[in-house]
Amino acid sequence: MAIATEPRLESPSELDTEPARPPARRGHAFVVNVVRSLVPMVLALLAGALVLLILGRSPVRFYSDVWRYGVELNGWQNSAVLMAPLLLVAVALIVVFRANIWNLGYDAQYLLGATLVAGYGPWLLTHWPTPLAYIALFLMSGAAGALWTIIPALLRAYYGTNEIITTLMMSFVGIDLANILIKGPFQDPTVNIPQTKTIPYNATLPNIPGTQIHIGFLVALGIALVMHYLLTRTSFGLRLQVLGANPKAARHVGINVRRLIISAFLWSGFLIGVSAAIDILGLWTYVRANWNPGYGNSIIPFVFLARLNILAVIPFVAFYAILSTGGDLATQSVNLPTDFLLVLVALILLFMTIIEFLGRRRELGQSYLTQGLKDALRQPLIRRREPK
Amino acid sequence: MSGAGNETGVIGPGAPAVELVEISKRFPGVLANDKVNLAVNHGEVHCLLGENGAGKSTLISILSGMQRPDSGSIKIDGETARIKSPRDALKIGIGTVYQHSTLIPALTVLENLMLGQSRRILLDKGRARRRMEEIAAMLGIDVDSEARTGDLALGRQQQVEIISALWKGSRVLVLDEPTSMLTPQGVEELQKVLLELKQRGTAIIFITHKLHEALAVSDRITILRRGRTVGLLSKEELTGSTPEEIQAKIVRLMFGEEATALEGAAELQTRLADVEKLAVRNAPPRSGDSTGDIVLQLKSVTAHGDGLEPGISDVSLEVRAGEILGVAGIDGNGQRALAEVISGQRRPRAGTIELFGAPVHRHGVSARQKLGLRYVTDDRIGEGIVRSLSVSINLFLKRIGEEPFWNKGRIVPARINAESEKLVREYDIRTPGLASRSGTLSGGNIQKLLLARELSFDPKVVVFHKPTYGLDVRTTENVRATIRRLVARGAAAVLISTDLDELLELSGEIVVLSRGRLVGTVENGRDAAERIGELMIGDTRTTEVVA
Repeated sequence: MAIATEPRLESPSELDTEPARPPARRGHAFVVNVVRSLVPMVLALLAGALVLLILGRSPVRFYSDVWRYGVELNGWQNSAVLMAPLLLVAVALIVVFRANIWNLGYDAQYLLGATLVAGYGPWLLTHWPTPLAYIALFLMSGAAGALWTIIPALLRAYYGTNEIITTLMMSFVGIDLANILIKGPFQDPTVNIPQTKTIPYNATLPNIPGTQIHIGFLVALGIALVMHYLLTRTSFGLRLQVLGANPKAARHVGINVRRLIISAFLWSGFLIGVSAAIDILGLWTYVRANWNPGYGNSIIPFVFLARLNILAVIPFVAFYAILSTGGDLATQSVNLPTDFLLVLVALILLFMTIIEFLGRRRELGQSYLTQGLKDALRQPLIRRREPK
Repeated sequence: MSGAGNETGVIGPGAPAVELVEISKRFPGVLANDKVNLAVNHGEVHCLLGENGAGKSTLISILSGMQRPDSGSIKIDGETARIKSPRDALKIGIGTVYQHSTLIPALTVLENLMLGQSRRILLDKGRARRRMEEIAAMLGIDVDSEARTGDLALGRQQQVEIISALWKGSRVLVLDEPTSMLTPQGVEELQKVLLELKQRGTAIIFITHKLHEALAVSDRITILRRGRTVGLLSKEELTGSTPEEIQAKIVRLMFGEEATALEGAAELQTRLADVEKLAVRNAPPRSGDSTGDIVLQLKSVTAHGDGLEPGISDVSLEVRAGEILGVAGIDGNGQRALAEVISGQRRPRAGTIELFGAPVHRHGVSARQKLGLRYVTDDRIGEGIVRSLSVSINLFLKRIGEEPFWNKGRIVPARINAESEKLVREYDIRTPGLASRSGTLSGGNIQKLLLARELSFDPKVVVFHKPTYGLDVRTTENVRATIRRLVARGAAAVLISTDLDELLELSGEIVVLSRGRLVGTVENGRDAAERIGELMIGDTRTTEVVA
């Protein structure tokens, strides 16, 4: 094979976008990616410590409590239980994000699935054989999630309507619809609070023997692995990648773009619906009106830190699950609202953006600071000199 | 840095207007400019000649303030100038006209001109119009300030760009491949404008791939190769020797001494000479005879365009096996719609398309692909490749999911790599490896990648859309030879090109596309160029007189 020797980068327009470095060795690229993913988390934790110090709390106490309640004793089991729905939501987001489609309607897709499972679960689980009922509930919940993506999917596929807006709008509608269902047909007549009936205790998902982790965790892990294979080794995965990286090329090479957009949406909604089924059958057993665990919003930064790679997202999901499980109690012990965890997630997002920006400039061989920033920093100095 | 003071720029010819001294610029992995020197005098057309990747564009982007050199200096009238941004360059009086239009089609000429120049909050239309008329008068051209630029012919648009470049003064004018989009008549008009500017003392830097153009317009020629200045031909040398001697010399400088040792270098030189004389005059080898079977037929096909790109209306044509049907026309006259409607990327609104006698206009891209129809797109980077994916995957983008490279939907990397390796060797794609991201390849190698992809697996009808646009001479020859070999094997080709020389060199029959309609057919032969040129501007000329 001939080795490229001629200089490239002929047109200036290419320069803006095209990193011209000799191809990094695979191992090197991997290390760079790992560093670029971990640095924002470390920085966010440090910045979080600073915030705690300013608030007069002990960061050491807070972080050691996170560890204690999230990992030690039974903490790790609670964290694992939380991982199950988080992981599936992350996988669902990766499927669409790889095609550069933004399904931001995850809250409604989750809640509609959850509501249906909690609404029909108690009846199905008492009248049908349990395994059959489980399968029916999983499929029903998945179908509800998928159904809720159809309008944005069709609008995007046929009219190019921006799906960020349509999925968000559908999310508002879907959340309210779930509340109507909870307060209406699914309302538990025996209680005064608006909530569904409860899945009988003996009908929840069985635990992995010897632990208090329900098998939903294994199901989620299994689905994640299958989806990873599907995205990286099959023609479907490659088509999604082509569509995401260059939609014009997708059209040029004869990919049925409409069908692909719709199927990516359906997969995503389906997986979110399944995550709801696992979560309700394994952990919550009922749904209360106006309840929203908000998995999607918390997991999005980690999906990007993992560079839309399912295998890579697993440790990130574990990290967040520990932070969330341990953090619930740890925030109480330092007398802060649990919203402090969202501060940490936001800090991760902030540092991720900065690190990505710097990394990108490094790839392009540019200076770390933009020209505008340098000028802005220099400006006051120059002005001050001028009057003399 | 005296800026707008020198607006007229009338300084006695002879003094170097601009001097680039020992300019070096390194990009990661590439030394784009290596101590390049270039001096351009007032009232001189200085041609910059070199292959793709020789560093021409980098050099002018440094001069126009888009890039900053790592080392070296720029002197304007003997004084060192610091050019930190395009704005600085304009202030000094260095104007650049890029290869691709930077005008906004929906705005009027005057609005476009004010867009780049005015930094004030309130627009001063009157002043802007006076300045525009001043420059237009100086150039001896006539432009309607209220016309929408999108309605203007490309030649006119270029004139507007030249006015824009001269807005702040006319010390230096840089033209990056200015003729690539023009008709022969448009090129003539451009030459008149250049002459006018020359007499007023403007220093003109003219970048081109085409040897005969360089020889026609320039006073001196600087040749770049691999980022270095490898030659400077003075006026005396250009006028003193025969055209053949100069060409031989330039070819040697452009491609290095090894060029002469290269197999087929002699042929390359004659090719260049042919282009100079317009090869057709000596009756080109007709690409097969027109007795082959009709393989592709369009019957009154009408299709939408997108945005400002026109569609096509009522286009009928037939292509026979062993033939290269040329489609001439100025860029933006429906070429894209025509190519896409044949390839299946665009659905026709009316009319039928038949491939081997069977209607295919309801088929999608991949169905037509399987029947042997291929499309080499002109938008190589935009739609041809996925830059973030590897070279080998890009070679197989049009066969995703097909056996034996995918086994029941599962990718078989070993088969793809083995086949890719073969294609990379056969088409001489210069890549660091099969796994390299295709976005890191140079333009010429991306085109080779596309050719490898489209021409493998038994192509029968191939649509080439501007197949050599922006490529260097060597790759251009390579591509044209590939097209000839293809039809020699009995396949058919539709060659859509804006390069008349190319059409005259390859096609036997050339149809002319204007405003989305086929306005005529020209048999290749004597006067073909003139007749095509007339057809090309046929109905645009009348509207321009009105405008």
